[in-house]
Amino acid sequence: MVKMADKRPAYSQLVKDIRAGKFVLTGELEPEKVTCLEEILVSARAMKPYVVAANVTDNPLAYAYMNSLVPSWLVQKEVGLETVYQMTVRDRNRLALTSDILAASYLGIKNILAISGDHTVLGDNKGAVSVYDLDSAQFVYMLHKMIDEGVDVAGNEIHGNVDINVGIAANPNADPLMPEVLKVGRKTKIGADFIQTQTMFDIDKTKEFLKEAEKYKCPTLIGVFPLKSYGIADFFDRFIPGVSVPTELLTSMKKAKKEPDKEKRKQLYDEVNLEFFRPFIKEIHKTTSAAGIHVMAVMYERIFEPLLEAL
Amino acid sequence: MIITEQKPMEEVQEMIAPYDKLFIVGCGTCSTSCQTGGEDEVKEMTEKLGDRVVGWAMVEDPCDLRLDRRDLKAYKEQIADSDAILVMACGAGVQTVGEYSKKIVLPALNTLFIGETERLGKFHDMCKACGDCILDETGGICPLTRCAKGLLNGPCGGQVKGKCEVGDYENECAWVQIYDRLKEQDRLDLFTVFRPPRDFSKKTLKMHHYF
Ligand code: SF4
Ligand code: SF4
Repeated sequence: MVKMADKRPAYSQLVKDIRAGKFVLTGELEPEKVTCLEEILVSARAMKPYVVAANVTDNPLAYAYMNSLVPSWLVQKEVGLETVYQMTVRDRNRLALTSDILAASYLGIKNILAISGDHTVLGDNKGAVSVYDLDSAQFVYMLHKMIDEGVDVAGNEIHGNVDINVGIAANPNADPLMPEVLKVGRKTKIGADFIQTQTMFDIDKTKEFLKEAEKYKCPTLIGVFPLKSYGIADFFDRFIPGVSVPTELLTSMKKAKKEPDKEKRKQLYDEVNLEFFRPFIKEIHKTTSAAGIHVMAVMYERIFEPLLEAL
Repeated sequence: MIITEQKPMEEVQEMIAPYDKLFIVGCGTCSTSCQTGGEDEVKEMTEKLGDRVVGWAMVEDPCDLRLDRRDLKAYKEQIADSDAILVMACGAGVQTVGEYSKKIVLPALNTLFIGETERLGKFHDMCKACGDCILDETGGICPLTRCAKGLLNGPCGGQVKGKCEVGDYENECAWVQIYDRLKEQDRLDLFTVFRPPRDFSKKTLKMHHYF
C-alpha cells in the first residue's frame, strides 16, 4: 500500500492564502513558439495586481512551445509574481520529470500543476510519441516522494529540499462525472494541495462537481475563460476537449464581431464577457465552497479589473 | 489473435523491385483468419506477381520455427533458388521464416495488434503484451491498450460523453468503460485504487523466455 501524503506545509503564497481562508485568484500565461519573453512579462505585470499567482502553461493542446520552466522562473524574478509551473507527463519520462522538478526547486518555483496533457495527435507535431511513462496520478505520487520524503520515485536520495506545493486538474464538465470525481479523489489522497478546474461556463455543473468532490477536502479553484474575441470563442468551443461554449454566449460574441470599429468591438466583447462572467464568478464566490477562481484571460488582461471588482 | 492488414500493392511492388525471383510464404493461422495471408491471398499475390514467383507454400504457423522446418522442407530447392521470400504473416512470422531460411525476407503485411475478432474484417485492439497483466483489477478491460494515453489511473479530463478525445470522439473512453463494468459488477472499490508507476525494466530485460 502506498503511503499517502500527510498535509504538507504551505510553501507557496497561493497555498498560504488558501489555508488562510482567502478567496484566491490565479491567472494564466502562455509562452508560445517564441524565443522572446517580453510579451509574457507584459501580461504578468498587467495581471499582478489582481492575482496571487499565475500558471504558466506547458505545451497546451500538444503544441510545441517554449518550455514553461524558464518563463515560470523569469516572471517570479522580474515581475515578483508567483507562478504555478504546469507540467504535463505527455512529453517527459520519469527521469526528465525528476530533472525538471530539481531544477524548478533550484529556481525557487513553489507550485507545480501536475497534468496529463492533451494527446500529441491533437497538437502541431501529430507524429510525436506521447510518453506517459507516468500518468498524472503517478506524477503526483512522484512529487509526494520528492517533496515529503526527500527521494525520487525509485527511492534514491535527493540532496536538498523540494519545497513545492502540488496542484492537480479536474474537469467538472466531464460526462459522465463520477469517474472524474473518483479519479480526483484518488489523486487528492496521494498528495494534492489544490485543484484547478477546466474552464467552466455552466454554474450547475460547477456546483455539482464541488458537491461531489467536497468529501476529498481539497481546495478547488474554478476555471473561467473570458473570451477575448469571437475567433477564440469559436476555437475553444470546437477544439478544447470536453468544453463547449454556451450557445447564447457564442451568439453574443458573434454579434459583437460584426462591429467594424475596432475600439467599439473591443468594448462590446468586454461587455458580453462581463455580463456573463461577473454573475458567474459572484455566484461561485457567494454560494459555493470553491477556494477561488483561476482566470484564464490569456492576452486579455484588461478584463481583470472590471471582472473582479464585483468580488 | 495477431491482427494484420495487407500493405498497399504499390508498397509491395517497391519493396520487391530489386529481386527477380520470389518465394511466397502464407500463414495458416492468424493471417488466414484475418484474410490477409491465407491460401486465397497467397494465390492472389502469386497471380499479381506472375513469373517472378518461383514457388509458394503455406505454413501452419510461420512464427513457429518447428513448423517452418516441417512445412517448408519440401520447398527447399525453390527457396534456395529465390532472391527473397515475401512473407504474408505477422512480424513474428516474417522474422522466424528469416531465421529458418537465412534468406532476405520481406513483409507483405502490416502487423497491427493483438486483438479481438468481432466478425470477419472487424477487429479491435485489445492487448499490448505488456508482460504484467492487470485485467483482474480493471474489469477485464485493458487501459494500457484501450486508453489512448495508456493511463493506469484514468480517466483523463478529455472524455466527452464517454468518448475519447483522441480520434474525434469516435472511440470509447476505456476508463469510462472500466468504470461502467466495475459498477455493474459492484466492484467500484477497485476503481479508486491507486496504481503506482510500472516497472518497465522487466519487459525490456526479458526478451527470451525459457520455461
Ligand atoms: S494488462 Fe493489457 S497489455 Fe498487459 S497483458 Fe493484460 S491485456 Fe495485455
Ligand atoms: S479520454 Fe479516456 S481513453 Fe481517451 S486518453 Fe483520456 S482516459 Fe484514455
